[in-house]
Amino acid sequence: MLPRFWRKIRYRYDLIGTRCNTCGRNYYPPRNFCPVCRRRSSIEEVQLSGYGTVLSYSIVHDTPVGLKMEKPYVVALIQLDEGPIITSQLACEPEEVHDGMRVKAVFRKYGEDGEDGIIYYGTKFIPAEEA
Amino acid sequence: MRKVAVIGVGQSRFGELWDRSFRDIMLEAGVEALEDAGLEGKEIDALFVGNMSAGRYIAQEHVATLIADYAGLAELNIPSVRVEAADASGGLAVRMAHLAVASGMHDIVIAAGVEKVTDAGELSMEIMSSSADMEWEGFVGATLSAIYAMMTKLHMKEFGTTEEDLAMVSVKNHRNAVNNPKAQFKSEISVDAVLNSPYVAEPLKLLDCAPISDGAACVVLASEEVAKQYTDTPVYIKSSAQASDYLALHSRKDLTTMQSVVTASRQAYKQAGVEARDIDVAELHDSFTIAEIMAYEDLGFIEKGKGAELIREGIVEMGGEIPVNPSGGLKACGHAVGATGVRQVAELVLQLRGGAGKRQVECETALALNIGGTGGTAVVTILGR
Amino acid sequence: MKEVFELVGIVSYGTYIPRYRIKAEDIARIWGENADVIKGGLGVLEKSVPDLDEDTATISVEAAREAVRRAGINPKNIGAIFVGSESHPYAVKPTATIVGEALDVGNDFFAADLEFACKAGTAGIQNCMAMVEAGMIKYGLAIGSDTSQGAPGDPLEYSAAAGGAAFLVGNDGVIAEIEHTCSFTSDTPDFWRREGRPYPSHGGRFTGQPAYFRHVVSAAKMLMEETGLKPEDFNYAVFHQPNGKFPVRAARMLGFSKEQIEQGLVVRYVGNTYSGSSLLGFAAILDVAKPGDRILLVSFGSGAGSDAFSITVTDAIENLNRNPGVWDKISKKVYIDYGTYAKFRRKIRMR
Ligand SMILES: [Zn+2]
Repeated sequence: MLPRFWRKIRYRYDLIGTRCNTCGRNYYPPRNFCPVCRRRSSIEEVQLSGYGTVLSYSIVHDTPVGLKMEKPYVVALIQLDEGPIITSQLACEPEEVHDGMRVKAVFRKYGEDGEDGIIYYGTKFIPAEEA
Repeated sequence: MRKVAVIGVGQSRFGELWDRSFRDIMLEAGVEALEDAGLEGKEIDALFVGNMSAGRYIAQEHVATLIADYAGLAELNIPSVRVEAADASGGLAVRMAHLAVASGMHDIVIAAGVEKVTDAGELSMEIMSSSADMEWEGFVGATLSAIYAMMTKLHMKEFGTTEEDLAMVSVKNHRNAVNNPKAQFKSEISVDAVLNSPYVAEPLKLLDCAPISDGAACVVLASEEVAKQYTDTPVYIKSSAQASDYLALHSRKDLTTMQSVVTASRQAYKQAGVEARDIDVAELHDSFTIAEIMAYEDLGFIEKGKGAELIREGIVEMGGEIPVNPSGGLKACGHAVGATGVRQVAELVLQLRGGAGKRQVECETALALNIGGTGGTAVVTILGR
Repeated sequence: MKEVFELVGIVSYGTYIPRYRIKAEDIARIWGENADVIKGGLGVLEKSVPDLDEDTATISVEAAREAVRRAGINPKNIGAIFVGSESHPYAVKPTATIVGEALDVGNDFFAADLEFACKAGTAGIQNCMAMVEAGMIKYGLAIGSDTSQGAPGDPLEYSAAAGGAAFLVGNDGVIAEIEHTCSFTSDTPDFWRREGRPYPSHGGRFTGQPAYFRHVVSAAKMLMEETGLKPEDFNYAVFHQPNGKFPVRAARMLGFSKEQIEQGLVVRYVGNTYSGSSLLGFAAILDVAKPGDRILLVSFGSGAGSDAFSITVTDAIENLNRNPGVWDKISKKVYIDYGTYAKFRRKIRMR
């Protein structure tokens, strides 16, 4: 899984999405192909602001094995200001979260490949007023 | 396209089958189906096997051949194909077998589904969750239940669906399973028990979620002419349709509608020449209670947002207008992942034949909905006499 | 008219302090110590604790992003990144490359992780200065950041904290000129952590006179001698803060007043953030400094050495958005108990 993580580091660390210049739509996660314009797609990378709004969220209690220490954690659907919806963790207390909450991107650790393995960093979100 | 009939069905017990291997449970369902059809074995032209993740659950790939082999078909050298669409693998196997017979390519085809999950221990849930987008959902800890939970919250907010509504779906399916000897949970539960069960991913609780089970199911499909040689009361596959959608929930335009279900069901209704209101009984994919409520809406049983009314008013109960999940559904019969879609069809064949015992429903037209993951795949099968 | 030659200095800065705090009382209760004696003796009332998903890399990135955002520069113009820490997430594999990628600096930059106990951050500033002065880079990013560990029950447990500060060094748009820097270095094993060991060890009271005081005082005196400056020439002074007592005593020994050190004395409420320690104090001073103010910065790293800096604030500081400041971040906190702290610091583990 190491090369698989490394390949997307750029997009995970920094919210770099893609934009289709044909129709003007922004995508995150990045896409090589616009599902609206398909072969007429004209894709380029775009730096997203990292600000967004919580559309929905869940406090996760039944976690994958590697995330047991983090339990419970908050997963959310966040609509970024540029349009795309992203699935991400919220790095805050479960009690702090509410629908419609403004959030901003932060750099956090997502996990590690065991004690001897690599560390997975990426983007999480925190309440924007805290920024 | 030729008419296709189901001439035999079989199912293993669903549940934690500690003493049974992948091969054992598949064989149990297969033998029952062949006996039911009155086949010796050599009549079989091809095999389609629905299986989500044998590679990760039991570290065994190439399972289509494995199954043909252990079913005693090795010397026939027939084609055997594994199909995979997460937990819609079984429904898809039925559809591929249907197409193989309908097209005239084959006369007798087996559609099987099997999953052996308990060997994977505590990794079972994670493997199941890999039906979501592992790069952009799984990476951040969005399990299958977490994604369904986010859909649930939106459905509650937009349409007023409540945790009690969800609980009632689970209660209904448990009640139905009492009369299904193959079911994993043959016990009734109360709404309070569901509401008081621990959270898995808020607002979904343990008893809102189907278990991940061991199990297998098998159906034998034949062309109309061939079917008549084996049975006087064939059940026909009136139509089958499959649709896909964005893999990840966050890419979809409408987060409380499964467009794959809408699309597949409309195609299936059209091909079968029926409408939603013609469906007498349905086996729906209640991997999470919200999925059953959304399915009522997306299949057109009721308009969008009013799904909960069907459970509140008893319309989907046994004896209601459209009984849903007489088998107990995924929640109580058990969810043997790749086997589920085949099991749903097997159940409906029993219902249409009038052979469903204590859980028999009065019916002429039946619908099975099998969903892959969070709705990235939907397979709808309509059956009738 | 723009000056043809500007002195190299700080172009921008950013800081990060995790939100969690544990009080000295909560640690003292576990080990049967008297909290008042500890608080009086160490001068640390509470300390910051990183969340499970925070480490030196995440702290460095957040501090660096703030620095770059405040400066409004193109990150591609950053030519060097040095991350000073004694708690790099990897023993082998740089933190600096993680920071570079997260800042989208590109691939055309010098990078290295530095380790010199608590002074690796200021060593990074010196490296950046040299490279800017040599014309090798336009901007350099020097970061001091740590998620330091104290063994359970060790006095260090009351102070070992988490936080960091990042400084963008250049000679264009300088908000604080670095007039002079010098270092006083010797081989003094007052505090160390052997390869592969989870917690540092130390020489107890040996860390005081022969280590901290000798190096801090010598470096500060050396700087004042070389520049001809006297304590009264500085508006502010900040010394490395392993606890609340040492920097106060060092200031007194050198002839600095309480008023000069008060603004930068953050240790009482965040603890010792190691490589971030003197730099967080320095950032807290920059938060309020006015053009013309002169600041003395003296770091200390065990093993041992001190880097001293004389820094003068320029008019450009008025144009830099300095909010939220270090003291704002210190006041934003959530208290946790010892059990949660032990879990966050992985002193207890799940099987
Ligand atoms: Zn487009």
